[in-house]
Amino acid sequence: MPTLLDFRRRIRSVKNSQQITRAMKFVAAARLRRAQEAALAARPYAQELVRVLRSTMARIQEPQHPLLERREEKTALAIVLTGERGLAGAFNANILRKASEFFRANRDKKVSTIAVGKKGRDALKKAGFTFAGEWVNVLARVEFKTAREIAKLATDLYAQKKVDSVYIIFSEFKSVMAPNLTVEKLLPVEAIREEKGSSEEQESAKTAEVQVDYIYEQPEAQLLDKLLPRYVETQILRAMLESSASEYAARMTAMESATKNAGDVIEALTLYMNKVRQAAITKEIIEIVSGASYGS
Amino acid sequence: MLPESIELVIVTPERQLLRQTVVEVTLPGGDGCLGILPGHAPLITELGIGELTYRAKGTSEVGHLAIISGFAEVLGDRVTVLAETAERPEEIDVARAEEAKKRAEQRLASASSDPNVDWGRAAIALQRSLIRIQVARKRHGAPVSTE
Repeated sequence: MPTLLDFRRRIRSVKNSQQITRAMKFVAAARLRRAQEAALAARPYAQELVRVLRSTMARIQEPQHPLLERREEKTALAIVLTGERGLAGAFNANILRKASEFFRANRDKKVSTIAVGKKGRDALKKAGFTFAGEWVNVLARVEFKTAREIAKLATDLYAQKKVDSVYIIFSEFKSVMAPNLTVEKLLPVEAIREEKGSSEEQESAKTAEVQVDYIYEQPEAQLLDKLLPRYVETQILRAMLESSASEYAARMTAMESATKNAGDVIEALTLYMNKVRQAAITKEIIEIVSGASYGS
Repeated sequence: MLPESIELVIVTPERQLLRQTVVEVTLPGGDGCLGILPGHAPLITELGIGELTYRAKGTSEVGHLAIISGFAEVLGDRVTVLAETAERPEEIDVARAEEAKKRAEQRLASASSDPNVDWGRAAIALQRSLIRIQVARKRHGAPVSTE
């Protein structure tokens, strides 16, 4: 039977853990706010870029560009965005599950990967995947520079026909409670034509189509050559920002429930400890009383 | 009928910098400066490194921004600038720009003797720092001297 001292130690240790989880929760909440703001601030650029690209594509007769070229998909590249650290509930596990689903669905193709985030890299490496590239310790502070590097590698591989398509697997940030695992096709760029935007966007796309042709300061091909890679970069940046926001959201929720569970454990332990103490006291009293009655 | 004003939208990957109704915009196009007035024919251009100026509706005050690469789409009543970097004069760190200028100048000076120096990159770095310094001088109030 555990002694009182054992209980006190146990309770103290759970309390310490609870303090840590509580602190982590607050840190995650603060970072989440920042990540959400960053994701929000990046949205206008992405929207405007898509709008400009769409209206450019609508005006150009049969746009030609290596990044638009559709090939039979024999090889695919998957960019997997995970977290840098654990203790975020099922965040990393969910993404990795989605990724392995993707790999299974594309078993007939040769799939290579780019791992972004330490957790994903480690897990995929253990599973025996070879990487076309890997980026770790980049998601704590998402920078455009990183997105650009990743985009460059992906577009180069695509343009050199080493891969026939590029997908990005990440957790989209919808709300704190509901992560939304997404597989998006980055290359060839076809989202521009199919993407269903808000009604306002469609409206402006429609009016843009009936308007006259642009004056091109630079040749069309040169513009596409700049616009399309930028589009890929922006998509990757968006995915990184969303992924980091979801990671913090997942960590916040996980730490909140950990703090609550620790509270429950402390309560149960305290109750049990009091019972044991009570039992010990009762026993002592009985001993004294019975000792006294013998003596008299 | 021609529109009387232009809606100027300036965005960078990190943020939306400006959304304002203006009557005149000058863009640092990749192949030279472009002056845009309301009702301009639709145009799309690459942007170089340079200064963007605009005049807001109803004022004579001129706003300045340092722009580093990107695109601009001009429609009759709307100008969209997708810049890689865009900074207001008051946001520019002049000391840093001066330092970058010095570094770039040194690199350019040693380019002929040192094969490791990337002349193109140094030239772009110099251009960038010069534009930043130029735009920073147009800050409201006294000209910048000590920073």
